[in-house]
Amino acid sequence: MNERRIAALAGLGVLLALPFVTSAYFLHLLIQILLWGFIYTAWSMMGRFGLVSLGHGAFMGVGAYVPALLWNYFDVTPWLGIPLGIGLSALLGLIIGYPCFRLKVVGHYFALVTLALGQVVLLSIVAARDITGGSLGMTPRSIGHSWYALQFPDKIYFYAIALLVWLLGLLVWRWIDRGIGREALEAISDDEEAAAAIGIDVTREKLRVTVISAALTALGGAVFGQYLMYLNPETVSGIGVSLQIVFAAIAGGMYAMLGPTVGSLLTIALTEGLRVWFGANFVGAANSIYGILLILFVIFMPRGILGWLEAARRPRAGAAAPAE
Amino acid sequence: MDLFLLEAAINGLLLAGVLALLTLGLNLIFGVIDVVWIAYADLVMCGMYAVYWLFAVFGWPLPLAFVASVVGVAVLGVFVHLLIIAPILGSAPINQLLATGGLLYFLQSFATLIFTTDFRNIGVRLPVLEIGGVYISYSRLLAFGVALAGATALYFFLRRTYVGTAIRAIAQDREIIGLMGVDQRRIYLVTSAIGGALAGLGACLLALQYDVHPFVGNTFGPLIFMICVLGGLGNMIGGFIAAFIISQIIAIGGYYFSTELAYVLAFILFILLMFIRPQGIVGR
Repeated sequence: MNERRIAALAGLGVLLALPFVTSAYFLHLLIQILLWGFIYTAWSMMGRFGLVSLGHGAFMGVGAYVPALLWNYFDVTPWLGIPLGIGLSALLGLIIGYPCFRLKVVGHYFALVTLALGQVVLLSIVAARDITGGSLGMTPRSIGHSWYALQFPDKIYFYAIALLVWLLGLLVWRWIDRGIGREALEAISDDEEAAAAIGIDVTREKLRVTVISAALTALGGAVFGQYLMYLNPETVSGIGVSLQIVFAAIAGGMYAMLGPTVGSLLTIALTEGLRVWFGANFVGAANSIYGILLILFVIFMPRGILGWLEAARRPRAGAAAPAE
Repeated sequence: MDLFLLEAAINGLLLAGVLALLTLGLNLIFGVIDVVWIAYADLVMCGMYAVYWLFAVFGWPLPLAFVASVVGVAVLGVFVHLLIIAPILGSAPINQLLATGGLLYFLQSFATLIFTTDFRNIGVRLPVLEIGGVYISYSRLLAFGVALAGATALYFFLRRTYVGTAIRAIAQDREIIGLMGVDQRRIYLVTSAIGGALAGLGACLLALQYDVHPFVGNTFGPLIFMICVLGGLGNMIGGFIAAFIISQIIAIGGYYFSTELAYVLAFILFILLMFIRPQGIVGR
């Protein structure tokens, strides 16, 4: 235990020191790794219990567009807009989750309902093109360096924000992991009927992780919007994004706390590596490789890289993949 | 009645034919192999590219290009089954869905890599029919007719042949069929090939009406899943009815509001119906 604490502190020390020794380009990559790592972690909070969502782009979209629209049209500071977006996203999670869990919409039916939810948000953003800019995307009105508008041309601020947000994600993960809810949820993902029979409130337990996951994903979307200063319906809510979230979380390992972050590191390293090697005319090369890797991971390593490493270290513990 | 509304409704009806055909393919695979091919619409995209290249670039006659597309996508379907589905046949359904999700990602990205994101059209312009002020394009009528013919052929294949009977039997009871002397693996391959062939046929009909680009699958992929589930996964007649309902919502909603809002409406209806009748509109 003590060893782990020292390792964690050392890791945190490295993360704090990194921005002072890296170039702006690597800082940009680090911010992306942390923010995507956070979103993948949020997805895995549901995914690890068998709630596979193919529509997390919906929550990202709400989280990103609500503060940006409020800022552009009503001068509402993101300090209010972001919590509002998170609240709306959590509400969306509740509205879609409650009937799903109550009426036992599970497995691929749940996945298809969330897929439809992602499409609803995506197409609503496109349809409201008069205010959202439709498929062309939108840019939050820029006013330079401002705490009020949460706009910082200097990347170091966003690195700090991304680090904080990522740590928050890990804390929430730990909180779920240590709580009584985890055992209840594991029982539910093993056998829903049996879990209900021993007195577990299935709907409530599932709803709790869904709402938390939706809220955190919205926060991730909001910070991304503030950082990139550009929103596009396809890149926040498209099927591609929703699948990318699923892929990275599975590749890294959705059953371990740092798994989704490893997935983020892996996917961004792969994208950037291919971009540097092949140049920009090989658009799609990185994603083609993702696709093949996703298939291979699902077939050969359903527990992800971290899960596989752990299983290799302790041959007994991870022998049976829980997603079976 | 408003002529434009009538025209929208007729076009919706004609679109429903093609959607119903694709739903049939997806439903067949789901009913028999118990797998959701989330990349089904992207197999259609491959077929559309096949038609485009063979006909518009290499100058093959159109019917030959169509046949090549149907055969090509059928072979692709067999490969999808052999390489992706067969190794994980025993694992959780959601894993199979995710693996074909990887295929979707791969096909779209790979198409972007080799074909770029340009919109391409095979450039065939069929004449437009006018009946009392209502304009209907021949390409849509043709698509509707061929889709119905394809569905009918599939129906007779399933009813009248030995393999068809075996396919229906597997959909009813997976366990017992081995005892009846039917080779499951062979039936799965045949089913995947038929599912692929239907996607290829759908691709030919869609290529007549729409441009092809790497993400064309995204525009109607979610739609055919929705139709499939609405009709009751594995229930072919239900899928047929649902295809007509959904395309009318989209055609008439698109007439009154905008295409995107019509889709939003259809997806919300889908989510609501999943809650009310998860077994599909005509399920037991």
